[in-house]
Amino acid sequence: MAEKKVMAGSLDWTKDEMMTVAAARVLSNGTVCFVGIGLPSTAANLARSCHAPDVVLIYESGCIGAKPDRIPPTIGDGILSQTADAVISVPEIFAYWLQAGRIEVGFLGAAQIDRYGNINTTVIGEYGSPTVRLPGAGGAPEIAMSCSRVIVTLRHSPRALVEKLDFITSVGHGDGGDYRKNRGLPGSGPQTIITDLAILRCDPVTSEFLLASVHPGVEISDVLAATGWPLRVANDVAVTAPPTEEELRALRRFVGA
Amino acid sequence: MARFCTLRDAVAEHIHDGDTVALEGFTHLIPFAAGHEIIRQRRKNLTLVRMTPDIIYDQLIGMGCARKLIFSWAGNPGAGSLHRFREAVEHSNPQALEIEEHSHAGMATRYQAGASGLPFGVLRGYVGTDLATLTPTLSWVTCPFTGENLAAVPALRPDVGVICAQQADRDGNVMMWGITGVQKETILASARSIVLVEEVVDTFTPHTNGVVLPSWVIDDIAVVPSGSYPSYAQDYSERSSAFYAYWEPISKDLEKFLAWMNEHVVASSDHAAFIQSLDPSLLEDLHG
Repeated sequence: MAEKKVMAGSLDWTKDEMMTVAAARVLSNGTVCFVGIGLPSTAANLARSCHAPDVVLIYESGCIGAKPDRIPPTIGDGILSQTADAVISVPEIFAYWLQAGRIEVGFLGAAQIDRYGNINTTVIGEYGSPTVRLPGAGGAPEIAMSCSRVIVTLRHSPRALVEKLDFITSVGHGDGGDYRKNRGLPGSGPQTIITDLAILRCDPVTSEFLLASVHPGVEISDVLAATGWPLRVANDVAVTAPPTEEELRALRRFVGA
Repeated sequence: MARFCTLRDAVAEHIHDGDTVALEGFTHLIPFAAGHEIIRQRRKNLTLVRMTPDIIYDQLIGMGCARKLIFSWAGNPGAGSLHRFREAVEHSNPQALEIEEHSHAGMATRYQAGASGLPFGVLRGYVGTDLATLTPTLSWVTCPFTGENLAAVPALRPDVGVICAQQADRDGNVMMWGITGVQKETILASARSIVLVEEVVDTFTPHTNGVVLPSWVIDDIAVVPSGSYPSYAQDYSERSSAFYAYWEPISKDLEKFLAWMNEHVVASSDHAAFIQSLDPSLLEDLHG
């Protein structure tokens, strides 16, 4: 990857590595986590190999407690089924495990997200004549609905963090406030958005995402410029702790960098 | 009792123009060989059903076999997009493709309802999404016991269900293991069914999470070694990452795509001939 490295002391890392490390830190040991493929899977496995060895990773292909020693390219990879505590059918994973409320954290990616954490993974442009057709919903709508809380990771840009979604694939906090409570949505919805520039936190009253932390080397103004809505900044905005040597070593071992 | 026959005969017998056909496989045991045979026999106006349409559906769409797609996630996992699918949806090329899309949970519920002989299934889902307003096969019911409002989705009842499994025994019972997705529900929900197997064995060895489908719920069994290639069959073959990477630029370009499909799929008499037609570098993972 030709990406520019950030320097801090004796270590250097890429923006993507900072994002993955920050996302991994959100998972505490023993958490039961429903993991999407891509960035969420990499972050969840990084957590498992560093500070959270007993995190339980659930993949929608029916693999419960998967313990891959490399990053699986797809949710159907044999490394997931062969290292899982149990492998069950797809109807069962969604009905008995996700819908029944057994999963604490849902870890999702997004093509677009808005200030209330609603997610689009369906189309860019009009649904009937899209500019770009994206893969669609997959497991995300019900992951966003039924997990106790949701973490979203995506790269920061005004085209990704937008004022208005082209399509609501998965509901975060709707139009804000008590939307989830009023609509009877069981989980608490997206609580944290982790990008390659910053960490955004959901305001418990308005349900709007606020800038909570900037990654080392990133200015608040950079984050505001890369956000498609007028992002509010938390009073206690912090600087994210840089990746440790251990985190970077584990991550690079996983992704083969 | 299931009949053992060639894949060519099974497709000719059961899959007709205009049918609703589900070739299932949740990124494992994907019935590629059956999709290729449908293309060889030039089926038209199919309604294709699949939770995770991938390259084989992209090929069916690009070769003009499909009129409509019912799905929940369309992509080329770990490698890129489905360019023929996108071309059909974004530019109606080679023909318009009607789409009916759900979430995975919704599709799984639809298959379960079909397998259960119920007219519809219920789930807690879709609230507040644009799918709820744009997908006609989605409605709401109130639980008569608790008053909870739930999503209702109609049963999927494909004309034909097609899956891959690892083994059949000589009586025509079928066993699969590893990630088994919605394959069991697909067979039970479909009016007719075709199962591709890697091999026939005298007796099954029990496997953790092995799923057995009895002979009498299956119409035809075709023995097609590596029938899931380039996807994988646990304990038989690995996924060919080389093929998935190789495929992306071919599928991007319509002329290249058509030339490749004609050379390797249409001109090959069957799946064994298709595999023989490929560059050996694409087959390195096959017996890994």
